[in-house]
Amino acid sequence: MAITGIEIFKLLPKTNCKKCGFPTCLAFAMKVAQGQAKIDDCPDVGEEVKAKLKEASTPPIRGFEFGTDTEKIKIGEETVLFRHEKKFNNPVVLAFEIKDTDENIEDKINQVIQSQIERVGQILKVDAVYLRNSSGSAEVFKNAIKTLAEKSPQIPLIFGIENPEIALSACEYYRGGRPILYGAKEENLPEMAEIAEKFNIPLGVSAKGVEKIISLTESLKSKGVEDLIVNTEPSTAGKLLKDNTVIRRSALKKGIKALGYPIITFASSIINDNYSVIPRSTSDEESTEKSLYETIIASLAILKYSSIVVLESIPKWKNLVLFTLKQNIYSDPQVPMQVKQDIYKVGEPDENSPIIITTNFALTYFLVRGEIENSKVPAWLAIMDCDGLSVLTAWAAGKFSASKIAQFIKESGIEQKLAHRELIIPGYVAMLKGAIEDKLSGWKVIVGTKEASAIPAFLKSYMRSKN
Amino acid sequence: MDFVIPKETYTGSIPEIEFGKAKTVRFAGESALPMHFFEGAFPNKPLIAFEIQDAQPDDYPEELSKVYSSVWDDPVRWAKFCASLGAEAIALRLMSSHPDSKDSKPNEVADIVKKVLSEIELPLIILGSNHTEKDAEVLPVVADASRGYNCIIGKAQEGNYKTIAASAMAGGHSLIAMSELDVNLAKQLNILITQTGFPKEKIVIDPMCSALGYGFEYTYSVMERIRIAGLLQGDEMLRSPMVADVGFYVWKTKEVQATQSDIPEWGSLYERAVIWEATTACSFLLSGAELLIMRHPGAIKITKKFIDDLYSERTE
Ligand code: B12
Ligand code: SF4
Repeated sequence: MAITGIEIFKLLPKTNCKKCGFPTCLAFAMKVAQGQAKIDDCPDVGEEVKAKLKEASTPPIRGFEFGTDTEKIKIGEETVLFRHEKKFNNPVVLAFEIKDTDENIEDKINQVIQSQIERVGQILKVDAVYLRNSSGSAEVFKNAIKTLAEKSPQIPLIFGIENPEIALSACEYYRGGRPILYGAKEENLPEMAEIAEKFNIPLGVSAKGVEKIISLTESLKSKGVEDLIVNTEPSTAGKLLKDNTVIRRSALKKGIKALGYPIITFASSIINDNYSVIPRSTSDEESTEKSLYETIIASLAILKYSSIVVLESIPKWKNLVLFTLKQNIYSDPQVPMQVKQDIYKVGEPDENSPIIITTNFALTYFLVRGEIENSKVPAWLAIMDCDGLSVLTAWAAGKFSASKIAQFIKESGIEQKLAHRELIIPGYVAMLKGAIEDKLSGWKVIVGTKEASAIPAFLKSYMRSKN
Repeated sequence: MDFVIPKETYTGSIPEIEFGKAKTVRFAGESALPMHFFEGAFPNKPLIAFEIQDAQPDDYPEELSKVYSSVWDDPVRWAKFCASLGAEAIALRLMSSHPDSKDSKPNEVADIVKKVLSEIELPLIILGSNHTEKDAEVLPVVADASRGYNCIIGKAQEGNYKTIAASAMAGGHSLIAMSELDVNLAKQLNILITQTGFPKEKIVIDPMCSALGYGFEYTYSVMERIRIAGLLQGDEMLRSPMVADVGFYVWKTKEVQATQSDIPEWGSLYERAVIWEATTACSFLLSGAELLIMRHPGAIKITKKFIDDLYSERTE
């Protein structure tokens, strides 16, 4: 919560002594509020007031960075409950759980490395590894770190360790960056706090329910450990929704600092055993039902305020759905993702290659471009500025109209590069055919398919008809 | 520290809708934001209707055709099959009436509606083909043919609400009012419809659905805004139940159709397709929908389980 000039003014001595370089305390207060002066410039404010101001000017939900030198991840610092108010800030982190006792650690790391998918021009992937100390042994855990660090030193890590001695030895051993140490709870709080402080790393803290979390974060804060991430150990989807809502609301609306921390959620721990009602495909491995339901719980966590979601399994279909959800929810509600107006080359088109037009909504562009690539037919892709709206939305808003399309094609200079005059338009705007032909003299309009997925077949048969 | 859960003060509750004749079901009626059991009453669980169509669909991708191809040439058998899968309600979409499809006449589809109504006991939602002009011809005839069955009819849009609302009222049905992803448009349409004399408590808002990855975030946020306006900001005209027509949008996307050999990075098709529909549906439950129209039985099972898990927090 930003503090106002008036609120700062109330805390000043109000003597207008000018020692701060400003004519009045009020003028000074205003500058402090705008960040153009420092409260320390007034020699007469007490420490208590300074502390209060610092408290008031910190974000209501703490943010911090973790990860490795090449992959730093920032989480927290969210400012709203609903995404239409303002873009959600720091995208949720999807972490894959690996146990130090797993025999196939290397395979699992490979799954993380190979999780990359490109969607709408963004590279999406599993962001981090949650390495759980299931062995209860410091040596086994260190070996697992070693395997990880050798195979893929850049992956950000979360250490899941409850035993302070093992935590200490792991932190001493690991040199890869700033991991999160997860595992503080009531029983080990002072020891874990000490380790977090010593290595200056974020600490994950868990306790059943919001109230217990408050007492733990307050105690950690008093020890000077403030980069915290919390888990209220919800046992059902309903509890997860409630706890996360209460935490976000308390921090943002009530200024409750003890709850102003990002949240970590272990999706599989919220699944009770009756997921077997979910049907599975006959071909697949046994854990499919659980994995399907883990996806739903993870979706709830993504939509409702968790900053890190730990997953027990990361098959590719699950990654695709969760990456897409994350991308959708953390997009800017005011400005759609868009690409620049231009005539793009797909492959190496020449004067006989087809030309296809569509709007500059990023989603539209990437879908259409992807399918042209799939067709293996080199083509010119004319992307027209429509303020980032989809084909039909732009058409309905009058931005993808016959006259604008004609003007764009004429002014683009593409006519000089082509030996033909055939423009392919999206099937959804077939009604524009006649009007474009009227306005773009010498051109013939070909109506394409409705869905981009039919473009490969369409383009292939279009090219055949030319020969 | 004494911690008290910060609670919102709500200005009313969403009307409850009951429909059906031989069997009835209810949804909505809550007095707080979605699943906020700690600060409001939630008399009913969200309801999922199985979608069927009046004629064999030509655009159902493989994962759907596998399930329905043995029954989809006969809407009655199709509906009974859904009942055998545990359906609590059926949504019959009169797709064949679309001019680009068979362009079937109003009385032809009305006969199908009558047949389905006479042979199944489940509550029925009757949907046009989303063609504004054609729906204005078809839905009044259908609303009349189903008079007394207490159905939900839809969808009325800005361009055709007058005839559809009037006939839904005469037939004693509830009504779905669809607008285009905009809080003010949704409100405007509700006002227009109530001005025709249609009872406000029988309107279900369709704020326009979309699939995950294809406009999803717009639907999600518009739903949230409608709920906030209706329940927290006292806007009575936005205090209506909401429907998410999930299956219709999801089963058009490439993500539910491409095989693993087409796109290896996307993994197994069955799980991907089912979870695409389930995730879209479950997300819209969290943004405010109380009625879902879905297609795949697997996705419906997952969604139902999610509803049950959420509702385990409800204190009677
Ligand atoms: C999200 C959305 C919005 C968002 C905008 C999102 C955006 N960036 O465009 C918002 C909420 C802002 C919006 C607003 C409006 N919308 Co709108 N919106 C949608 C919605 C739900 C999804 C659109 C989308 O993202 N599609 C995905 C993209 C990728 O699709 P696409 O661009 O068409 O591309 C596909 C194909 O066309 C094809 N393709 C594209 N190019 C090419 C080229 C070739 C050659 C080929 C072969 C294929 C091809 O490939 C893609 C994948 O298959 C649709 C309904 C729906 N569910 O589809 C309505 C829809 C497009 N909207 C509609 C309307 C009317 C409006 C408004 C006018 C409403 C109003 N009265 O205010 C406004 C106009 C905006 C304005 N004034 O600024 C109508 C259009 C009606 C019509 N039939 O013309 C639709 C269809 C809803 C409806 N009534 O059914 N909308
Ligand atoms: S130095 Fe402090 S007391 Fe003096 S005018 Fe500035 S703000 Fe006021």
